[in-house]
Amino acid sequence: MAEFVMPTLGADMTAGTLLGWMKKPGDEVKRGDIIAEVDTDKGVIEVEVFTSGVVEKLLVEPGAEVPVGTALAIIREEQEERGRKMVETTAAQTEPVAPIPPVSPIVRELATPRLRASPAAKKLAAEMGIDLETVTGTGPGGRIQREDVERAAPSKTATPELSGQAERIARMRRTIGAAMARSKREIPHYYLSTTIDMAAAVNWLTQENLKRTVVDRLLYGVLLIKAVARALIEVPELNSIWKDDAPIPCTDINIGVAISLRQGGLVAPALGNADRQSLDELMKSFRDLVKRARAGSLRSSELSDSTITVTSLGELGVETVYGIIYPPQVALVGFGKVAERPWCVNGQIVSRPTLIATLSADHRVSDGHRGGLFLSAIDRLLQEPAKL
Amino acid sequence: MTKEEIRSTVLRILGEIAPEADLSNLKPEVSFRDQLDIDSMDFLNFVIALNEELHVSIPESDYAKLSSLDSSVELLTSVNV
Repeated sequence: MAEFVMPTLGADMTAGTLLGWMKKPGDEVKRGDIIAEVDTDKGVIEVEVFTSGVVEKLLVEPGAEVPVGTALAIIREEQEERGRKMVETTAAQTEPVAPIPPVSPIVRELATPRLRASPAAKKLAAEMGIDLETVTGTGPGGRIQREDVERAAPSKTATPELSGQAERIARMRRTIGAAMARSKREIPHYYLSTTIDMAAAVNWLTQENLKRTVVDRLLYGVLLIKAVARALIEVPELNSIWKDDAPIPCTDINIGVAISLRQGGLVAPALGNADRQSLDELMKSFRDLVKRARAGSLRSSELSDSTITVTSLGELGVETVYGIIYPPQVALVGFGKVAERPWCVNGQIVSRPTLIATLSADHRVSDGHRGGLFLSAIDRLLQEPAKL
Repeated sequence: MTKEEIRSTVLRILGEIAPEADLSNLKPEVSFRDQLDIDSMDFLNFVIALNEELHVSIPESDYAKLSSLDSSVELLTSVNV
């Protein structure tokens, strides 16, 4: 048997509220299936199961807030299940079938067909006291979206919704603040920056997007993410996590991208295996991630798997980012705005689009020399964007 | 499409991209980005939605003309959507 526990979705998460089960006892689950929806300080998250087997027992009822690591359900693992089925088959040949025990109230409730609604819609409906049975879904296959709940809400509930939203933002700020304070207290940060000539990348992107349909166009942010991912192959110690007083190198390069939420706050879900994705794949994944982050339907693995964070604030006019490392990661890369600046080429001062890239890194894991090589690799990779 | 129909389509798309925004107070001559906190991904989604709904392919070189409600309506009218 394996315990399915309240996952930790980052160093800043201490507890979560179970919103609902997507599976019931007796259901088969495969690694990666969504098994529950959990409300956290980062929003509503779809939680995946990491064991294949059969749901044996649900231990926590929806609505309960439990600390990270609390057992939520018991999963009978695949091997045990195969063994059990063999025993049952043998037994069935010799013994009468036992009467089916009555199901518990929680199981009865879960046995009814699941209402198709997005996590954000469920959360909002719960906050506003709206019965989802009364809401008409307009999403794919009639799925209820957040907007459907908003439409179904009587106007008098507008104020409670706002106060709920304000409270959520306040909680998120407190959580982020606690994690960042811990990071500054425990991680000996060092900072490096370099100015990168972006002419080659900007020109290549302009020409490339001319050939593409609107839906297939690339954002320059994707070039930056890919360059970071490739540079990590050259300086792998920056792609580590810090655990039990030691760095643990990560084999996958999962870039956490900082995404601001429209209601306030931010999340940094992971673009998995970013080094192995083509620019097109990365753009598609990035677009999907931003959409789901803002719709409140991220998966738990996306919030727990990042091995480094990239934050780009250039669109807001920021020149230089001095980031704080997100534990247990050991590095953060910041990008400022691409702006025309004086640049020296062959002894001549010319105007070039440039960008300031910064590295915040953990001195327990790397030093300025390796950090410098990393920034230098990002610069070099961006000079040949077609090869990214 | 008439100018009014284009205007209403643009506003509806913006409402989907920035659902929290109060579009009734949107200043038509002022940049969306300044008023609605729209980033490059939102803007790309805006251009994609225009493409899907109005069957118009706006080149990147014309993105500046999509900066405000007035300029968007003007551009989309000129390409005869």
